[in-house]
Formats: sequence, structure tokens, C-alpha cells
Amino acid sequence: MFQLDLFLQAIFSAPLFKGALLTIGLSICVMAVSLVLGMGLGSMAGSPRRSVRWLVTLYVWLFRGAPALLVLLFVWNGLPQISEVFRAGWFTPFVAAFLALSLIQIAYLAEVLRSAFAAVGRGQQEGAAALGMHRWQIFLVITMPQALRIAVPSLMNEFISLLKTTSLATVISLKELMTVSQFAIATSFRFLEWYGAALVYYLVIVSVLTLAQYRIEHVLSRGYR
Amino acid sequence: MNTQTAIKVAGVSKWYGAFQVLTGIDLSVHKGERIVICGPSGSGKSTLIRCMNRLEVHQEGSIVVNGIELTNQLKRIDRVRSDVGMVFQHFNLFPHLTVLENCTVAQRWVRKLPKRQATEIAMKYLERVHIPEKANKYPGQLSGGQQQRVAIARALCMNPSIMLFDEPTSALDPEMVKEVLDTMISLAADGMTMVCVTHEMNFAREVASEVVFMDGGQIIERDKPDVLFSAPTHERTKRFLGKLLH
Repeated sequence: MFQLDLFLQAIFSAPLFKGALLTIGLSICVMAVSLVLGMGLGSMAGSPRRSVRWLVTLYVWLFRGAPALLVLLFVWNGLPQISEVFRAGWFTPFVAAFLALSLIQIAYLAEVLRSAFAAVGRGQQEGAAALGMHRWQIFLVITMPQALRIAVPSLMNEFISLLKTTSLATVISLKELMTVSQFAIATSFRFLEWYGAALVYYLVIVSVLTLAQYRIEHVLSRGYR
Repeated sequence: MNTQTAIKVAGVSKWYGAFQVLTGIDLSVHKGERIVICGPSGSGKSTLIRCMNRLEVHQEGSIVVNGIELTNQLKRIDRVRSDVGMVFQHFNLFPHLTVLENCTVAQRWVRKLPKRQATEIAMKYLERVHIPEKANKYPGQLSGGQQQRVAIARALCMNPSIMLFDEPTSALDPEMVKEVLDTMISLAADGMTMVCVTHEMNFAREVASEVVFMDGGQIIERDKPDVLFSAPTHERTKRFLGKLLH
């Protein structure tokens, strides 16, 4: 049956803690890169040029359609077959997971941000343009902060979802939370305790993120209360 | 009288797809003049005023503002825009910035002024429109009339030589129209060059040097307000004024 001391031992074990750090680290890296590139892609979706809009649609279609597991395996196993470059030492499971998950996350965030940008009225850009502000100034100071406020709940959803998707990287032997738990189980057969410990980690991380979301929403909604 | 030209619109036409919104518009505005443009909705008056700072692009003819012709060159557009203030029907204040920040943001990013100086200038104009006490509020906490006065102050902070007003009182509750008009009247009294799209005929009568009547994308006639209002020459003007004054 469930043994509390083993469970606690599992929670406070170094491998699980390191696994959690890796999970968090990977999620943050992917999210940061995807935010920037997703923002680029999301604003390109409003481009006057049809070819650009078409390219964005194609990208989003492809990487929202492909299962994360497939993309992970494709990047990890497939890319080295395509090019010499990916057979070198730098192409670690972490890099592969980062690449695969970013490709997917960018597509999702582009969609979220595209609609958020569209929700900021044209009048805002005109108001700023009439004051002589440049396009990138308008984007940075006027449009983006307002779009982010609209997008925060969805962005946080995507972040939490991403955090859990990193567990799939266990198939390419990245030593994140789930991989570590399964290693431990393989030698101890203590399913309940180790899965329980991993669950606690996930719940704690997601709770922190949820609190952060409230905080960010609160700050960004100044002026709307 | 100062006869230097502030805005010269010559032979301007514009189409939205196949639909022609402006047809051969000629209009010059001298420095210190206050032009009121009126006309039925869809007559192209808003489009015309929005062409004057290139929020809309015209396809034919030329528009010269303070000696700078408006073309696709961004440098020219920026120079014109930083010298021409605009007030919109729906205020277009930035809801995520305070009233004070609304007034300083362009000063800091466009004029590159330090924060203290920008704040001083902003407070000066907020006092001028009689709402310095709202400086740290957000636009959403203000009434429509107050928001529009902030929008006027925001434009004035850039020290423009020309002010464009695009139906500045149309979105306001009736009891707030006066406070905005009073602000505009005091601007006119200071000699500001103004182009104003509005249906406020009393305002036009009081401050306009000339009233321009537009219909169907054309200027039908222009004259001094007392002449145009009491003895319009064209049938269309008569009909429009008849509806407006009843």
C-alpha cells in the first residue's frame, strides 16, 4: 500500500527535483521563444500581402495539426537522418525537445495573439499615428500592451498545457519529471509514491503559474476597472 | 490678415475599390483660418480631413501641409503629423495609460523630451482644458466630455500649428457637447488654424472663417457662415441645412 515515508522521500529526492527544474526550464525557454516568434507570426497574419498571410496559415495548420509526440520523435530521430548537422553532440534531447515544442507552441500562440491584436481597435493605431508615432513605437507602446492584456488568460492556458506536454519528451529520454519518476519506478516498483510525488510537483508549479496569472491580469487591467 | 497657406488640397480624388469617395477636391486653408466642413453622412468629409494627415491615402491630386507634400515617404508623413494635431469622434485615448501618460507618450517617443519636461507641458495643457485633477486617472474613469478634452490636450502637447477635428462632439451626450465646444472656441480665439468636421452649426456660426458644404464626395459650396446659412446657393445645401436646422 501507499507508504508515506517513501512518498516524502520521493518528493525530496534530488533526481525528482532536478527533473522538475528541467521541466520548468524547458517550458520557460519554449514559452519565451514562442511568445516572441508567435507575436511576429500573429502580426504577420494581418499583413496586406496575401502570400504572407497564406504562409502564416500554412504554418499554423501544420503545427496545430501534428501531434506533439510525432513532432518530438520526428525532430529527435528524423532530423539526424536529414542532415549531418543534427548528428553532432550539441543535438541533445533538451535541444530536440526545445525545438519540437517551440515549433508547436509558436503555432498556438500565433493564433492567440492574432486575435488579440485584432481586438485592439484600429482607432488606437490611428490615435498614435496622428501624434507622429512610428509603426514600431505604436506596436510596442500602444498595441502590444493592450493585446497582451486580452491574451493573458489564453497565454497562461497555453503555458500550463505546454508544461504538461514536456512530459512527452520522456520518449526521447529527456530527464524531465516523468522520465525521472519512471526510472525510479523501474527499480523500486513503488508506483503510487513516485507518481504521487510527480503529481505534487506538477500541481505546485501550475498553482504558482495560476497565482502569477492573477497578478499579471491585475497589473495589466489598470485603467479597465 | 495672414495669407500664408497652411493646407493646400488640389484636385484630390480617392476611391475605395470602385467606389469614388472624393472627386476633384480643391481647398486651401490659410494660417489662422478656421474651416468647418459639413455635409450629410457619406459625403466624404471625414475622409477628406483624414487625408490631411494621411490617415487615408488619396490617389489623385496633391495635398501640401505647411509646405510639405504628402506622399508615401514616411519622413514627410511624420513631419506633417507631428505638426498637425487630430481629435477623433471616438477620442481614441489609450485606455491602458493614465490621462497624464496619454499626454506625455508622444512627447517622449516622438519629441524625445525628458519625462519631467513632458509632464510639465502635459499639465499645462490639462489645465488649459480644465481637468488637471484627472491627470492620474485612466480614460475609462472619465466622462465622454472629459475624455474628449483630454484628447484635445494630448494633441496640443505636441505644439501643433494646425488642429483637425473629426466630428469631435458626435459621440457625446448632449450635456457634454458644450464643454468640448468651449474648449475649441478658446483655441480658435488663440488663432489656431483649425479644420473641423462638425454638425454644430452654432459653433460654425461663432468661430468659422468659412463653412464648406460637401455632398457625394464633392465640395458643393463654401462661404462665410452667415452667408452660407442664410442664403445658400445650391439646392442640396438648402435641403441639408433645412433638415439640420429643424
